[in-house]
Amino acid sequence: MSDADQQFDQFRGTSSYIASEELRHAVNVAVALARPLLVRGEPGTGKTLLAENLARSLGLSLIRWHVKSTTKAKDGLYVYDTVARLHDSRFGGDGHDVRDIARYIKLGPLGEALAAPSRVVLLIDEIDKADIEFPNDLLLELDAMRFRIDETGREVVAAERPVVVITSNNEKELPDAFLRRCVFHYIQFPTRELMTEIVRVHHPDITDRVLDNALEMFFGLRATPKLRKKPSTSELIDWICALRKANVDLSRVSGGIPFLGTLLKTEHDVELVSKRAKA
Amino acid sequence: MLVDFLFELRAKKVPVSTHEWMALMEAMALGLHESSLDGFYHLCRTICVKDIALYDAYDEAFLAYFKDVHADALKLTEALRAWLADPRVLEGLTEEQRQALRELDLEKLRELFEKRLREQKERHDGGNRWIGTGGTSPFGTRGTNPTGMRAGGGGGRSAMAVADERRFKEYRRDIVLDVRQIDMALRGLRRLGREGAQEELDLDETVDKTCKNAGDIDIVFRPPRRNRVKVVLLMDVGGSMDPHAELVSRLFTAASRTGRFAKFRSYYFHNCVYNSVYEDAEFRKGVPVADLLANSDRDEKLVLVGDALMHPAELLDPGGSMYLYTQQRASGIEWLRRLAAHFRSSAWLNPEPERFWPGTTIEVIASVFGMWPLTLDGLAASVRYLVRGGERPKVGEPSKWAKAMGG
Repeated sequence: MSDADQQFDQFRGTSSYIASEELRHAVNVAVALARPLLVRGEPGTGKTLLAENLARSLGLSLIRWHVKSTTKAKDGLYVYDTVARLHDSRFGGDGHDVRDIARYIKLGPLGEALAAPSRVVLLIDEIDKADIEFPNDLLLELDAMRFRIDETGREVVAAERPVVVITSNNEKELPDAFLRRCVFHYIQFPTRELMTEIVRVHHPDITDRVLDNALEMFFGLRATPKLRKKPSTSELIDWICALRKANVDLSRVSGGIPFLGTLLKTEHDVELVSKRAKA
Repeated sequence: MLVDFLFELRAKKVPVSTHEWMALMEAMALGLHESSLDGFYHLCRTICVKDIALYDAYDEAFLAYFKDVHADALKLTEALRAWLADPRVLEGLTEEQRQALRELDLEKLRELFEKRLREQKERHDGGNRWIGTGGTSPFGTRGTNPTGMRAGGGGGRSAMAVADERRFKEYRRDIVLDVRQIDMALRGLRRLGREGAQEELDLDETVDKTCKNAGDIDIVFRPPRRNRVKVVLLMDVGGSMDPHAELVSRLFTAASRTGRFAKFRSYYFHNCVYNSVYEDAEFRKGVPVADLLANSDRDEKLVLVGDALMHPAELLDPGGSMYLYTQQRASGIEWLRRLAAHFRSSAWLNPEPERFWPGTTIEVIASVFGMWPLTLDGLAASVRYLVRGGERPKVGEPSKWAKAMGG
């Protein structure tokens, strides 16, 4: 294997995170091209975990930015805490110099990632939760990897381009200009073989028979037509955990799936499945 | 040569920009495609396609462009030649099969393969003719023809096989519509304004007031921004709408979500709107259209959902309602016109596939209301129209109905 190959093939999953071949490839392309990686997929397919494990396998620290419906792009860079400054100017803040604006500037997650002295992994989680315009407001910063703090005139420039992982729940169209700058991967629901590997990572001591039974039931359940929300990988792992804690032997269970509540999360689905079980 | 592929992609409506194409070239220069077609398939998709809804179009373009390349690459390789020539591998065959093998020489096989490939339109499993999996045709993978040739497959999954499977078909935007997606489409239907209780800190105003107050903190609150759009939804139920009931109920679920619109009202009608609409789907609690109009602001958005399919008389004849007791002098189209005239912006969503529209009463109704198909694209377009106005899509030739419509 040449040097270039080694450099390219940096991410191979970790001992606790099994990535499909396609996903590994996408991650390595993103790292090699120094572009943000946009990951989409059904909830519970391990999008967020990907960033954590990528950071671990590259030996870099991870900065997380969990986006909420009220998050503004500027908050990710820095927040100027005016209220604290007002308060200090009125009541005297422990002898601090109120005239020093920099004291009231707090870097946000993106700001921190850019100001970090070495390369970091930045996770922008669930970018689609925020307002429609949110991704557009990040374009310049993600492109140039620099920004300016207007209040102090300080220019923050990334020493090394951070590895950016962005997750989205496939809910909303992201703006084209934003998409153009990203490398995209859609996490497919794992096949049975991959799922076996994944479960084994989380439950190393599970026996083949138990695992087989569990997967049989799980994929059978996912194949139920008209389910509002299909159970995901993370739910399968929780379910197996519950089964093992309660010492349930699936091969002897009759009349419905035990701990159905860990797999199905809407009344409609539970009703549907129990009706089909009776029929 | 790949520039053609770029245009193939763009022709399939995958919006690939020069920016992305340059990135792809850069990536290929770095060798990220691992010098293989499979590698290229994934690399190109990763960089150029940013939407799962477009994966299927990408697969299509990939298939169209690389079909011949693939056939060439297969090239009935030396391995196949050797395999066919190597008698040891053939030991397991019966005399009959050997006979068959002798009958089918390589040139003929290749010819046949390419011919079949051209003829074949879809995926095929089993059977004895087409290229596919299983079966006893000489072409395909995991089959049992002794002289056959493998197309795709092999160790791992080849890009052609993956593209050929078109696993992403169900993600196409013009087909799927679940509540969440409708939700997202409806999110565009908004006009924000500050109204209601003051519960948000207004920082600028606070700083301003505090300064004016000689540094004594004076905190100012303001109401949060809310959607001010008001919506009236009229839904056709029963009869020909039964097959679409699930879809309409999803739309209703998404639209009626609390806090979505400043005001949301929904009514039912059957077939066409006549003098009344109904609060319930059983048509017991009637609301005269006149009352509805009187109680609706002209700025409210009117959205109708229905297949707009009926006997022309039901729409055009005065008293054409299929219910005797609602017989009135005004025709269905007249009632619809009244609705359209009252509301400044309105839209009709039709669950019937667009190809069935021409030549039906849909044409007539589409001349009164802007009509869009009840798909994700149609919904998004209608929302844009409701918020910003613009051109209404033209449906068929309503002019042929002009005489019957009385003008």
